[in-house]
Amino acid sequence: MLEFIITTIVTFVIYLVLTAGSGNFGFLSLEEIIMGVFLSVIVGAITRNYLCKSRNYRMLNPVRWLLFLIYGFGPFFFAMAKANLDVAYRVITGKIRPGIVKIDPQLKTDYGITFLANSITLTPGTLSVDVDEDNVLYVHWINIPEGEEKKEYADIKKVCGKFPEWTRRVAE
Amino acid sequence: MWTDYLIYILLGIGLIFNGLGSIGLLRFPDVYTRLHAATKATTFGSIFTSLGVVTWAFTQLYLTGNSWNLTLALHTIIAMAALILTNPVGAHAIARAAHRSGVLPKYAVVDRLEEVKK
Amino acid sequence: MIDVWFLTAFILMIWLFLSLLRVILGPTAPDRVVALDTINTLIVALMVILAVAYNQIIYVDVAIVYALLSFVTTLYIAKYLEGGI
Repeated sequence: MLEFIITTIVTFVIYLVLTAGSGNFGFLSLEEIIMGVFLSVIVGAITRNYLCKSRNYRMLNPVRWLLFLIYGFGPFFFAMAKANLDVAYRVITGKIRPGIVKIDPQLKTDYGITFLANSITLTPGTLSVDVDEDNVLYVHWINIPEGEEKKEYADIKKVCGKFPEWTRRVAE
Repeated sequence: MWTDYLIYILLGIGLIFNGLGSIGLLRFPDVYTRLHAATKATTFGSIFTSLGVVTWAFTQLYLTGNSWNLTLALHTIIAMAALILTNPVGAHAIARAAHRSGVLPKYAVVDRLEEVKK
Repeated sequence: MIDVWFLTAFILMIWLFLSLLRVILGPTAPDRVVALDTINTLIVALMVILAVAYNQIIYVDVAIVYALLSFVTTLYIAKYLEGGI
Protein backbone atom coordinates (compact mmCIF):
# COMPACT_ATOMS: atom_id res chain seq x y z
CA MET A 1 0.00 0.00 0.00
CA LEU A 2 2.78 2.42 0.94
CA GLU A 3 4.55 1.91 -2.39
CA PHE A 4 1.29 2.67 -4.23
CA ILE A 5 0.91 5.95 -2.33
CA ILE A 6 4.54 6.96 -2.96
CA THR A 7 4.30 6.21 -6.69
CA THR A 8 1.02 8.13 -6.97
CA ILE A 9 2.40 11.19 -5.18
CA VAL A 10 5.60 11.25 -7.25
CA THR A 11 3.62 10.93 -10.51
CA PHE A 12 1.17 13.64 -9.40
CA VAL A 13 3.95 16.10 -8.52
CA ILE A 14 5.64 15.54 -11.89
CA TYR A 15 2.28 16.05 -13.63
CA LEU A 16 1.72 19.32 -11.76
CA VAL A 17 5.19 20.59 -12.66
CA LEU A 18 4.63 19.70 -16.32
CA THR A 19 1.29 21.51 -16.48
CA ALA A 20 2.24 24.59 -14.41
CA GLY A 21 1.48 27.87 -16.14
CA SER A 22 -1.58 26.55 -17.96
CA GLY A 23 -4.26 28.40 -15.95
CA ASN A 24 -4.93 31.06 -13.35
CA PHE A 25 -5.54 28.82 -10.28
CA GLY A 26 -2.16 29.83 -8.82
CA PHE A 27 -0.43 29.06 -12.14
CA LEU A 28 -2.36 25.77 -12.30
CA SER A 29 -5.78 25.07 -13.72
CA LEU A 30 -8.49 23.11 -11.91
CA GLU A 31 -9.12 20.72 -14.83
CA GLU A 32 -5.46 19.75 -14.92
CA ILE A 33 -5.43 18.99 -11.18
CA ILE A 34 -8.49 16.72 -11.44
CA MET A 35 -7.07 14.99 -14.51
CA GLY A 36 -3.71 14.68 -12.74
CA VAL A 37 -5.22 12.93 -9.70
CA PHE A 38 -7.12 10.55 -11.97
CA LEU A 39 -4.11 9.68 -14.14
CA SER A 40 -1.60 9.36 -11.30
CA VAL A 41 -3.86 6.94 -9.41
CA ILE A 42 -4.04 4.76 -12.53
CA VAL A 43 -0.27 4.95 -13.13
CA GLY A 44 0.44 4.33 -9.45
CA ALA A 45 -1.77 1.23 -9.45
CA ILE A 46 -0.08 -0.21 -12.54
CA THR A 47 3.57 0.54 -11.71
CA ARG A 48 3.58 0.24 -7.90
CA ASN A 49 6.04 -2.66 -7.94
CA TYR A 50 8.80 -0.82 -9.83
CA LEU A 51 9.64 2.41 -8.00
CA CYS A 52 10.07 0.87 -4.53
CA LYS A 53 11.33 -2.52 -5.59
CA SER A 54 13.61 -3.07 -2.59
CA ARG A 55 10.85 -2.21 -0.03
CA ASN A 56 13.35 0.17 1.54
CA TYR A 57 11.76 3.44 2.64
CA ARG A 58 14.90 5.12 3.96
CA MET A 59 14.78 7.83 1.28
CA LEU A 60 11.42 9.16 2.55
CA ASN A 61 13.24 11.15 5.24
CA PRO A 62 13.18 14.91 4.37
CA VAL A 63 16.58 15.41 6.00
CA ARG A 64 18.05 13.17 3.30
CA TRP A 65 16.38 15.27 0.57
CA LEU A 66 17.92 18.39 2.05
CA LEU A 67 21.33 16.69 2.23
CA PHE A 68 20.84 15.54 -1.37
CA LEU A 69 20.19 19.11 -2.53
CA ILE A 70 23.19 20.44 -0.58
CA TYR A 71 25.32 17.69 -2.09
CA GLY A 72 24.02 18.34 -5.60
CA PHE A 73 24.62 22.08 -5.60
CA GLY A 74 27.76 22.08 -3.44
CA PRO A 75 30.50 19.43 -3.64
CA PHE A 76 29.03 17.59 -6.62
CA PHE A 77 28.72 20.62 -8.88
CA PHE A 78 32.19 21.80 -7.88
CA ALA A 79 33.69 18.36 -8.63
CA MET A 80 31.87 18.30 -11.97
CA ALA A 81 33.33 21.67 -12.97
CA LYS A 82 36.79 20.41 -12.00
CA ALA A 83 36.19 17.21 -13.99
CA ASN A 84 35.37 19.21 -17.10
CA LEU A 85 38.47 21.38 -16.82
CA ASP A 86 40.43 18.14 -16.40
CA VAL A 87 38.83 16.64 -19.53
CA ALA A 88 39.52 19.87 -21.41
CA TYR A 89 43.19 19.67 -20.39
CA ARG A 90 43.46 16.04 -21.54
CA VAL A 91 41.64 16.70 -24.82
CA ILE A 92 44.05 19.52 -25.66
CA THR A 93 47.33 17.95 -24.50
CA GLY A 94 46.52 14.25 -25.01
CA LYS A 95 48.37 13.22 -21.81
CA ILE A 96 46.71 10.03 -20.56
CA ARG A 97 47.76 7.00 -18.50
CA PRO A 98 44.59 4.88 -18.38
CA GLY A 99 43.74 1.68 -16.56
CA ILE A 100 40.98 -0.11 -14.69
CA VAL A 101 41.40 -0.23 -10.90
CA LYS A 102 39.40 -1.81 -8.10
CA ILE A 103 37.98 0.13 -5.15
CA ASP A 104 36.09 -1.13 -2.12
CA PRO A 105 33.77 1.65 -0.87
CA GLN A 106 32.24 -0.58 1.87
CA LEU A 107 28.64 0.30 1.06
CA LYS A 108 25.85 -2.18 1.64
CA THR A 109 22.69 -1.01 -0.12
CA ASP A 110 21.82 -0.80 -3.82
CA TYR A 111 20.82 2.86 -3.45
CA GLY A 112 24.23 3.68 -2.07
CA ILE A 113 26.20 1.90 -4.75
CA THR A 114 24.09 3.43 -7.57
CA PHE A 115 24.52 6.88 -6.08
CA LEU A 116 28.29 6.48 -5.73
CA ALA A 117 28.72 4.97 -9.21
CA ASN A 118 26.85 7.87 -10.83
CA SER A 119 28.84 10.39 -8.82
CA ILE A 120 32.10 8.73 -9.85
CA THR A 121 31.16 8.82 -13.52
CA LEU A 122 30.58 12.57 -13.54
CA THR A 123 33.62 13.57 -11.46
CA PRO A 124 37.32 14.04 -12.28
CA GLY A 125 39.08 11.42 -14.36
CA THR A 126 37.04 8.36 -13.37
CA LEU A 127 34.30 6.23 -14.94
CA SER A 128 32.65 3.26 -13.24
CA VAL A 129 32.75 0.15 -15.44
CA ASP A 130 31.48 -2.80 -13.43
CA VAL A 131 30.36 -3.91 -9.99
CA ASP A 132 30.46 -7.39 -8.48
CA GLU A 133 28.45 -9.18 -5.81
CA ASP A 134 30.42 -7.78 -2.87
CA ASN A 135 29.82 -4.17 -4.03
CA VAL A 136 33.41 -3.80 -5.24
CA LEU A 137 33.53 -1.17 -7.98
CA TYR A 138 35.77 -1.40 -11.04
CA VAL A 139 36.70 2.11 -12.09
CA HIS A 140 38.34 3.25 -15.33
CA TRP A 141 40.85 5.92 -14.33
CA ILE A 142 42.17 8.16 -17.08
CA ASN A 143 45.36 9.25 -15.32
CA ILE A 144 46.76 6.75 -12.81
CA PRO A 145 49.47 8.24 -10.54
CA GLU A 146 52.82 6.41 -10.50
CA GLY A 147 52.85 3.36 -8.22
CA GLU A 148 49.07 3.25 -7.77
CA GLU A 149 48.64 0.41 -10.30
CA LYS A 150 50.59 -2.08 -8.17
CA LYS A 151 48.15 -2.05 -5.24
CA GLU A 152 45.33 -4.59 -5.08
CA TYR A 153 42.75 -1.98 -4.08
CA ALA A 154 43.34 1.58 -5.20
CA ASP A 155 43.40 4.43 -2.68
CA ILE A 156 39.77 5.51 -2.36
CA LYS A 157 40.70 9.08 -1.39
CA LYS A 158 42.57 9.53 -4.67
CA VAL A 159 39.79 8.01 -6.81
CA CYS A 160 36.71 9.75 -5.49
CA GLY A 161 37.66 12.03 -2.61
CA LYS A 162 34.94 12.52 -0.01
CA PHE A 163 32.08 10.93 -2.01
CA PRO A 164 31.75 7.70 0.03
CA GLU A 165 31.13 9.74 3.19
CA TRP A 166 28.51 11.83 1.41
CA THR A 167 26.91 8.68 0.03
CA ARG A 168 26.69 7.23 3.52
CA ARG A 169 25.07 10.43 4.76
CA VAL A 170 22.57 10.72 1.91
CA ALA A 171 21.67 7.20 0.85
CA GLU A 172 22.69 4.67 3.51
CA MET B 1 18.54 43.90 -19.50
CA TRP B 2 21.78 42.97 -17.76
CA THR B 3 20.79 39.29 -17.85
CA ASP B 4 21.47 39.32 -21.61
CA TYR B 5 25.19 39.23 -20.88
CA LEU B 6 24.68 36.43 -18.34
CA ILE B 7 22.81 34.46 -21.02
CA TYR B 8 25.63 34.99 -23.54
CA ILE B 9 28.19 33.80 -20.98
CA LEU B 10 26.15 30.69 -20.08
CA LEU B 11 25.56 29.79 -23.74
CA GLY B 12 29.24 30.35 -24.48
CA ILE B 13 30.42 28.04 -21.67
CA GLY B 14 27.91 25.42 -22.76
CA LEU B 15 29.04 25.55 -26.38
CA ILE B 16 32.72 25.34 -25.42
CA PHE B 17 32.21 22.22 -23.29
CA ASN B 18 29.92 20.55 -25.83
CA GLY B 19 32.60 21.19 -28.45
CA LEU B 20 35.30 19.73 -26.21
CA GLY B 21 33.15 16.61 -25.86
CA SER B 22 32.84 16.21 -29.63
CA ILE B 23 36.53 16.89 -30.26
CA GLY B 24 37.55 14.53 -27.46
CA LEU B 25 35.35 11.87 -29.04
CA LEU B 26 37.42 12.19 -32.22
CA ARG B 27 40.80 12.58 -30.52
CA PHE B 28 41.00 9.93 -27.78
CA PRO B 29 42.32 6.46 -28.60
CA ASP B 30 39.78 3.95 -27.22
CA VAL B 31 36.18 3.47 -26.05
CA TYR B 32 36.71 4.21 -22.35
CA THR B 33 38.61 7.45 -22.77
CA ARG B 34 36.07 8.55 -25.36
CA LEU B 35 33.32 7.88 -22.85
CA HIS B 36 35.11 10.18 -20.40
CA ALA B 37 35.06 13.03 -22.89
CA ALA B 38 31.58 12.36 -24.24
CA THR B 39 29.71 11.86 -20.96
CA LYS B 40 31.25 14.51 -18.73
CA ALA B 41 31.73 17.29 -21.23
CA THR B 42 28.40 17.03 -23.04
CA THR B 43 26.40 16.66 -19.81
CA PHE B 44 28.04 19.74 -18.36
CA GLY B 45 27.70 21.71 -21.59
CA SER B 46 24.03 20.83 -21.96
CA ILE B 47 23.39 21.91 -18.36
CA PHE B 48 24.85 25.31 -19.17
CA THR B 49 22.94 25.85 -22.42
CA SER B 50 19.74 24.85 -20.58
CA LEU B 51 20.59 27.28 -17.77
CA GLY B 52 20.87 29.97 -20.41
CA VAL B 53 17.35 29.14 -21.60
CA VAL B 54 16.04 29.14 -17.98
CA THR B 55 17.62 32.55 -17.35
CA TRP B 56 16.04 33.91 -20.55
CA ALA B 57 12.63 32.51 -19.56
CA PHE B 58 12.73 34.04 -16.08
CA THR B 59 13.84 37.39 -17.51
CA GLN B 60 10.89 37.37 -19.92
CA LEU B 61 8.57 36.33 -17.08
CA TYR B 62 9.77 39.33 -15.08
CA LEU B 63 9.46 41.71 -18.05
CA THR B 64 6.15 40.56 -19.57
CA GLY B 65 4.46 38.48 -16.85
CA ASN B 66 3.39 35.90 -19.41
CA SER B 67 2.98 32.46 -17.78
CA TRP B 68 4.17 30.77 -21.01
CA ASN B 69 7.71 31.58 -19.85
CA LEU B 70 7.23 29.80 -16.53
CA THR B 71 6.13 26.69 -18.41
CA LEU B 72 9.22 26.93 -20.61
CA ALA B 73 11.53 27.27 -17.59
CA LEU B 74 9.98 24.34 -15.68
CA HIS B 75 10.01 22.05 -18.72
CA THR B 76 13.63 22.94 -19.43
CA ILE B 77 14.55 22.10 -15.83
CA ILE B 78 12.82 18.72 -16.20
CA ALA B 79 14.70 18.00 -19.45
CA MET B 80 17.95 18.94 -17.69
CA ALA B 81 17.18 16.66 -14.73
CA ALA B 82 16.40 13.80 -17.13
CA LEU B 83 19.80 14.32 -18.79
CA ILE B 84 21.71 14.41 -15.48
CA LEU B 85 20.02 11.26 -14.21
CA THR B 86 20.23 9.19 -17.40
CA ASN B 87 23.63 10.08 -18.87
CA PRO B 88 25.92 8.43 -16.29
CA VAL B 89 23.80 5.28 -16.25
CA GLY B 90 24.02 5.05 -20.04
CA ALA B 91 27.78 5.55 -19.94
CA HIS B 92 28.10 2.85 -17.29
CA ALA B 93 26.03 0.43 -19.42
CA ILE B 94 28.16 1.08 -22.52
CA ALA B 95 31.43 0.66 -20.59
CA ARG B 96 30.30 -2.64 -19.10
CA ALA B 97 29.00 -3.91 -22.44
CA ALA B 98 32.26 -2.92 -24.15
CA HIS B 99 34.36 -4.76 -21.58
CA ARG B 100 32.19 -7.87 -21.67
CA SER B 101 32.16 -7.96 -25.47
CA GLY B 102 35.96 -8.08 -25.44
CA VAL B 103 37.03 -4.51 -26.23
CA LEU B 104 39.98 -3.94 -23.88
CA PRO B 105 41.39 -0.51 -22.97
CA LYS B 106 44.33 0.51 -25.15
CA TYR B 107 47.61 1.69 -23.52
CA ALA B 108 46.27 0.53 -20.13
CA VAL B 109 48.87 0.18 -17.38
CA VAL B 110 46.59 -2.06 -15.30
CA ASP B 111 43.31 -3.91 -15.88
CA ARG B 112 41.95 -5.51 -12.70
CA LEU B 113 38.62 -6.46 -14.28
CA GLU B 114 40.33 -8.61 -16.94
CA GLU B 115 42.30 -10.42 -14.20
CA VAL B 116 39.08 -11.23 -12.35
CA LYS B 117 37.33 -12.60 -15.42
CA LYS B 118 40.04 -15.22 -16.04
CA MET C 1 22.12 41.24 -36.31
CA ILE C 2 22.14 37.45 -36.17
CA ASP C 3 19.83 35.99 -33.53
CA VAL C 4 21.99 34.51 -30.75
CA TRP C 5 19.71 31.46 -30.38
CA PHE C 6 20.01 30.50 -34.03
CA LEU C 7 23.77 31.02 -33.84
CA THR C 8 23.97 28.69 -30.81
CA ALA C 9 21.82 26.11 -32.60
CA PHE C 10 24.09 26.34 -35.66
CA ILE C 11 27.26 25.77 -33.60
CA LEU C 12 25.60 22.83 -31.81
CA MET C 13 24.82 21.39 -35.26
CA ILE C 14 28.53 21.58 -36.12
CA TRP C 15 29.44 19.63 -32.95
CA LEU C 16 26.72 17.14 -33.82
CA PHE C 17 28.22 16.49 -37.25
CA LEU C 18 31.68 16.09 -35.69
CA SER C 19 30.23 13.36 -33.46
CA LEU C 20 28.57 11.81 -36.51
CA LEU C 21 32.06 11.43 -37.97
CA ARG C 22 32.88 9.06 -35.09
CA VAL C 23 29.75 7.01 -35.85
CA ILE C 24 31.05 6.58 -39.42
CA LEU C 25 34.74 6.02 -38.52
CA GLY C 26 34.47 4.08 -35.23
CA PRO C 27 36.45 0.87 -35.49
CA THR C 28 34.31 -1.12 -33.03
CA ALA C 29 30.60 -1.23 -32.23
CA PRO C 30 30.93 0.32 -28.70
CA ASP C 31 32.68 3.34 -30.26
CA ARG C 32 29.65 3.92 -32.45
CA VAL C 33 27.28 3.57 -29.49
CA VAL C 34 29.28 6.15 -27.52
CA ALA C 35 29.05 8.58 -30.43
CA LEU C 36 25.31 7.91 -30.75
CA ASP C 37 24.84 8.63 -27.05
CA THR C 38 26.70 11.93 -27.45
CA ILE C 39 24.52 12.84 -30.42
CA ASN C 40 21.40 12.14 -28.35
CA THR C 41 22.56 14.49 -25.58
CA LEU C 42 23.40 17.19 -28.11
CA ILE C 43 20.01 16.82 -29.79
CA VAL C 44 18.27 17.39 -26.45
CA ALA C 45 20.33 20.56 -25.90
CA LEU C 46 19.59 21.65 -29.48
CA MET C 47 15.84 21.15 -29.08
CA VAL C 48 15.76 23.25 -25.91
CA ILE C 49 17.60 26.04 -27.76
CA LEU C 50 15.25 25.78 -30.76
CA ALA C 51 12.23 26.07 -28.46
CA VAL C 52 13.37 29.59 -27.63
CA ALA C 53 14.43 30.37 -31.20
CA TYR C 54 11.02 29.47 -32.65
CA ASN C 55 8.92 30.39 -29.56
CA GLN C 56 7.35 26.92 -29.52
CA ILE C 57 7.18 25.09 -26.19
CA ILE C 58 6.43 21.75 -27.86
CA TYR C 59 10.16 21.40 -28.68
CA VAL C 60 11.00 21.07 -24.97
CA ASP C 61 8.29 18.46 -24.43
CA VAL C 62 9.66 16.45 -27.33
CA ALA C 63 13.15 16.88 -25.86
CA ILE C 64 12.08 15.36 -22.51
CA VAL C 65 10.54 12.33 -24.21
CA TYR C 66 13.54 12.05 -26.54
CA ALA C 67 15.97 12.07 -23.61
CA LEU C 68 14.13 9.27 -21.81
CA LEU C 69 13.59 7.14 -24.92
CA SER C 70 17.20 7.52 -26.10
CA PHE C 71 18.31 6.35 -22.65
CA VAL C 72 16.23 3.19 -23.05
CA THR C 73 17.68 2.69 -26.54
CA THR C 74 21.24 3.01 -25.21
CA LEU C 75 20.56 0.46 -22.47
CA TYR C 76 19.06 -1.93 -24.99
CA ILE C 77 21.99 -1.67 -27.40
CA ALA C 78 24.39 -2.15 -24.48
CA LYS C 79 22.51 -5.27 -23.43
CA TYR C 80 22.67 -6.56 -27.00
CA LEU C 81 26.46 -6.02 -27.12
CA GLU C 82 26.85 -7.96 -23.87
CA GLY C 83 25.03 -10.85 -25.48
CA GLY C 84 21.98 -10.59 -23.23
CA ILE C 85 19.36 -10.67 -26.00
